[in-house]
Amino acid sequence: MKLTEKEIEIVELLEKNARLPIDTMAKMVSLSVSEVEDIIRKLEEAKVIVQYATIVDWRKVDGHEGVTAMIDVKVTPKRGVGFDEVAERIYRFPEVKSVYLMSGAYDLSVVIEGRSMSEIAHFVSEKLSTLDSVISTTTHFILKKYKHDGTVFEQGDQDRRIVVAP
Amino acid sequence: MQKTKTYVSDTVSRLKPSGIRRFFDLAASMEGVISLGVGEPDFITPWSVREACILSLEQGYTSYTANAGLWELRKEISDYVARRFHVLYDPADEIIVTVGASQALDVSLRAILNPGDEVIVVEPSFVSYAPLVSLAGGVPIPIQTSGKHQFKLQPEQIEQVVTPKTKALIICSPNNPTGTVLNAEELAQIARIVEKHDLLVISDEIYAELCYEEQYTSFPAIDRMRERTILINGFSKGFAMTGWRLGFIAAPRELATAMLKIHQYTMMCAPTMAQYAAIEALQNGAADVEQMKKSYRQRRNFFVQSLNEIGLSCHMPGGAFYAFPSIRSTGMTSERFAERLLLEEKVAVVPGHVFGVSGEGYIRCSYASSLEQLQEAIRRMKRFLERL
Ligand SMILES: Cc1ncc(COP(=O)(O)O)c(C=O)c1O
Repeated sequence: MKLTEKEIEIVELLEKNARLPIDTMAKMVSLSVSEVEDIIRKLEEAKVIVQYATIVDWRKVDGHEGVTAMIDVKVTPKRGVGFDEVAERIYRFPEVKSVYLMSGAYDLSVVIEGRSMSEIAHFVSEKLSTLDSVISTTTHFILKKYKHDGTVFEQGDQDRRIVVAP
Repeated sequence: MQKTKTYVSDTVSRLKPSGIRRFFDLAASMEGVISLGVGEPDFITPWSVREACILSLEQGYTSYTANAGLWELRKEISDYVARRFHVLYDPADEIIVTVGASQALDVSLRAILNPGDEVIVVEPSFVSYAPLVSLAGGVPIPIQTSGKHQFKLQPEQIEQVVTPKTKALIICSPNNPTGTVLNAEELAQIARIVEKHDLLVISDEIYAELCYEEQYTSFPAIDRMRERTILINGFSKGFAMTGWRLGFIAAPRELATAMLKIHQYTMMCAPTMAQYAAIEALQNGAADVEQMKKSYRQRRNFFVQSLNEIGLSCHMPGGAFYAFPSIRSTGMTSERFAERLLLEEKVAVVPGHVFGVSGEGYIRCSYASSLEQLQEAIRRMKRFLERL
């Protein structure tokens, strides 16, 4: 799907802040409110805009600190369907947040979130490793999130400029 | 014996302190101020540039460089000016790396002025031009552009002030404070007059990277203008590097050689670590500049349209990051408007008259602030105007 400059600008603005008011956005890209609305509707229908999500710093919420792990998975691809079938079997688990087919030393990269390490350990040993095509897994727990999807979690973003300058 | 006289020179005694200063003091003493008074980017220098500087320090590059600047940087500048602005300068003896565009302006004026020589300054203008002319022994001759022409210099205005003593003309496009950009056609008309009166042009193109119109034209790229132009540019605005204090001059050999004499005695060289950073900026910074420019353009569109909606008429500026709306409809002077807006709604803007007489009736608002701040500033300004 080929997008115009302005359509791309709108997608980029929404990607940074999905709650940007339409009238503000319309001014920023020099279009009318209804033109912007039409573009957004079109992009939603075409699934270019897939979903509006929120980045949450769960560490700040008591009892919701949670654990995230990235698991390298080696699998045997199946004739006819390649990696797609096993990938689907993995991504259907709701605790799995993302699944990527990778180049290099292993095949699938799986990101999983759980309440505790033992919950994730349970998933790996009971659900993932037991799948027919899975040959091996290596689990890496995330210790601290510095930056996620382009957003830095703890940011000293105060304005350091002097108040009035030539 | 008691001290009976002032040791300060007459020239300096006569210099007026910058009108921006007063506002700075006032705004700085208040809490919760949204400042649209800042003449610099709100971006931090791109990380790859900062990282290149750190690396240069780790490697111990802490000595002086050649007076004109690192050879590698001058070559990069020469390539950059050729690539972006289509003018060729020899990195060997036509480019000087300076301490910001500010020092570039100073060196240029000192290199060309004899006592009493006149320099035409197009107002509203950057606040340093006239004082720098005076400090170099010259006489600044202001031209007042008008909001009626979107503050574009009308070539015949030059004819009206030119005298046998006129040595040079300073132009600045995109302009601080008006944001106005002069296109190729308009520059060519100025070029004709300049040639007729055999003037030198100091072209301050510090905002060249932040031009939102189709095509940016650099003055020395106009036919036959290279030989009579001192091109000034730098890293402060486009690359978000104000604090690094790094700019450059590109000029024909004879002029560059004269300027280098002053530069070598007064400055030795520009800061070494900043020069290493600038190499990275020129080699790999284009994508960052493009991103920042896009963000300024979006904020410009939002802010200028909003100003017009709340009743402050404002032309769409072609470049830089300033909007220059008229406040005439309020019946107040710029100074009074800016002061009341600051005290009553805590929004700092710069009154237009500090940039020259023709700035009276206007205020300069920098839109290099976050969108949220701009939205809040518009809300406050709207409330202020409704109360009047
Ligand atoms: C028109 C103009 N020229 C020159 C300068 C000085 O720039 P630099 O930081 O490179 O000295 C400024 C900075 O505000 C400016 O607005």
